[in-house]
Amino acid sequence: MEKNVRETIKEIIRRHLKLKQGKVFGQCLTAVGWVGGTLPEMYEKDGMVEVSMADVAGGGFAVGAALMNSRPIYVIRYQGFNWYNAPMIVNYACKSKEIWKKPCPVFVRSIAMEGGIGPVAGSSHHSLYYRMPGVKICSPMTPKEYKSIYKKFMREDDVFYVSEHRGSYNNKKELKNVLVKKPDIVLFAISITRFEAIKALNILIKQNIKISLHHILWIKPLKIESKFIKNLKESKYGGLILDDDYENGIAKSIANELNIKSGKPIYTLGLKEKSAGFYPTKDNLPPNKNEIIKKINKIINEKK
Amino acid sequence: MSKEYLKEVLKKISICRNFELNVFNAVKKNNIKFPVYLSAGQESISASLATIIKKKKIKPLIFAQHRCHSTYLSFGGNIRKLIYELLGSKKGCAYGMGGSASIQSREINMFGHDGHMGTQAPIAVGACFQSKKPTIVFLGDASAEEDYVLASLGWASTKKLPILFIVEDNNLSILTEKKVRRNWDIHSVAKSFKMKAFNISDNPLEIKKKSKYFFREPILLNINTNRLFWHSGAGIDSDKTFDRYKSLRKIFGAQGNTIHNKAKEKIDILWKKMLERQ
Ligand SMILES: Cc1ncc(C[n+]2csc(CCOP(=O)(O)OP(=O)(O)O)c2C)c(N)n1
Ligand SMILES: [Mg+2]
Repeated sequence: MEKNVRETIKEIIRRHLKLKQGKVFGQCLTAVGWVGGTLPEMYEKDGMVEVSMADVAGGGFAVGAALMNSRPIYVIRYQGFNWYNAPMIVNYACKSKEIWKKPCPVFVRSIAMEGGIGPVAGSSHHSLYYRMPGVKICSPMTPKEYKSIYKKFMREDDVFYVSEHRGSYNNKKELKNVLVKKPDIVLFAISITRFEAIKALNILIKQNIKISLHHILWIKPLKIESKFIKNLKESKYGGLILDDDYENGIAKSIANELNIKSGKPIYTLGLKEKSAGFYPTKDNLPPNKNEIIKKINKIINEKK
Repeated sequence: MSKEYLKEVLKKISICRNFELNVFNAVKKNNIKFPVYLSAGQESISASLATIIKKKKIKPLIFAQHRCHSTYLSFGGNIRKLIYELLGSKKGCAYGMGGSASIQSREINMFGHDGHMGTQAPIAVGACFQSKKPTIVFLGDASAEEDYVLASLGWASTKKLPILFIVEDNNLSILTEKKVRRNWDIHSVAKSFKMKAFNISDNPLEIKKKSKYFFREPILLNINTNRLFWHSGAGIDSDKTFDRYKSLRKIFGAQGNTIHNKAKEKIDILWKKMLERQ
């Protein structure tokens, strides 16, 4: 039977521990839930290592393990905790190869979720790492994508920031790019927004708005199919980047890059510029299909 | 027996001291233009540890911070490569990227430091946890205050790692004294983390006394020492500072002078040659 993302991650980790003698570090891994069911039921003797609740130091422990050529997987259960976990990963592991010719590959499993969890840790925080050199950033949302990025990690010797989203864990389907000739707008979607982008696209087609959709798996270095740059050039209104992080980060950086490459205006839509409250009306969620449609209509109407 | 040990330590210190004096001059003459962190005055810590560990035939993982020339040299790091590094050459021990503060040596398992004080503690603990190899991590009295250093003591103790925390306590964070920054002692903190911990001087004999505990379990030594020169660069804060090297040389009398002069000649010539070649 086909595996979903959750089962795929779990299997990858089981093999990483069993066959590669690797280690997984993180907080509260073996407690109820096993990180959304993405971990096999294994313990420290098997390489599943519970670190203390000292987040900043925890990042350093993983870096030290990586210096010993062990390719650790470091689980950060909510992406917002990266504000504490990131320092030694970005300042040491990411620089080690360049400064000391000593690779220090860590596989950072950084997990996003949102909805009713307040201002602290929700959503994606991949922009936090993005500005630093020496890190590769991706956001796999399908089983095949996850397998491919793990394989790449094991082949290469860089720090990988893997921006996961709990909303993808049940997904079994691969997500395909959609290329339409002379589109009105080209969408570039990251993380969980990819699922909403597909829904929005299907509605917009019915309104006779022509939309291309490019899924972004590799954020850094950015991988965009060249035919989509061509497609962007022939678009009527330009492009729209969708992200599960605040817009003042990756979204605007990619927008700038695509703008230079295509000469077209590139818009962004991500989290709103505010803190998330707990109550539904006070929350700060990634753009849903309605918001995406509204934004596209606004772009079109302004240009008309 | 202890005389032999002291002589070995003295030899190592004499190399470190003469090295640092050459760096001092190179900075003064503007041959080195970036910040250097001289370890003069504090050499006996690394020199003693390296001597003890050589005798035990152990090759530990070494994690130091910015003031680390003496650690590099005492444990056998290549002198030429360190000079190259300080002169910004690709042939340097950190390929000209490490300057004075971020040096490394593959040969002696010494890992580079990223310049954020104290990060070496969690990284060393992670490396030790993963490899189970004997590990030494050097801290300053100030970096020992970093929250992530404290957390590292806690986890190293929980996991009973073969790690040695060495706090080179020169009482200073740049120029701010310990008593201004805190009312607690790091050795007491380590003890409350259930580690063995001692507060001792940088007398090589005192350091040696504690070596029976090394790498059997996590331990911390807070070693009181003195920085002879400025925090960074070439200058002297006070000429009244106690100098462990001088007092050790005295024990050896004329032999002490010979050891010093031999090291001086060797290292002065090396520096001169390499500066001329620049
Ligand atoms: C995270 C961080 N905070 C502040 C500094 C600035 N800084 C550089 S050295 C230093 C003092 C270090 O004192 P100590 O650890 O005792 O070592 P020493 O210089 O005395 O050898 C400070 C505050 C730094 N490098 N890193
Ligand atoms: Mg100090």
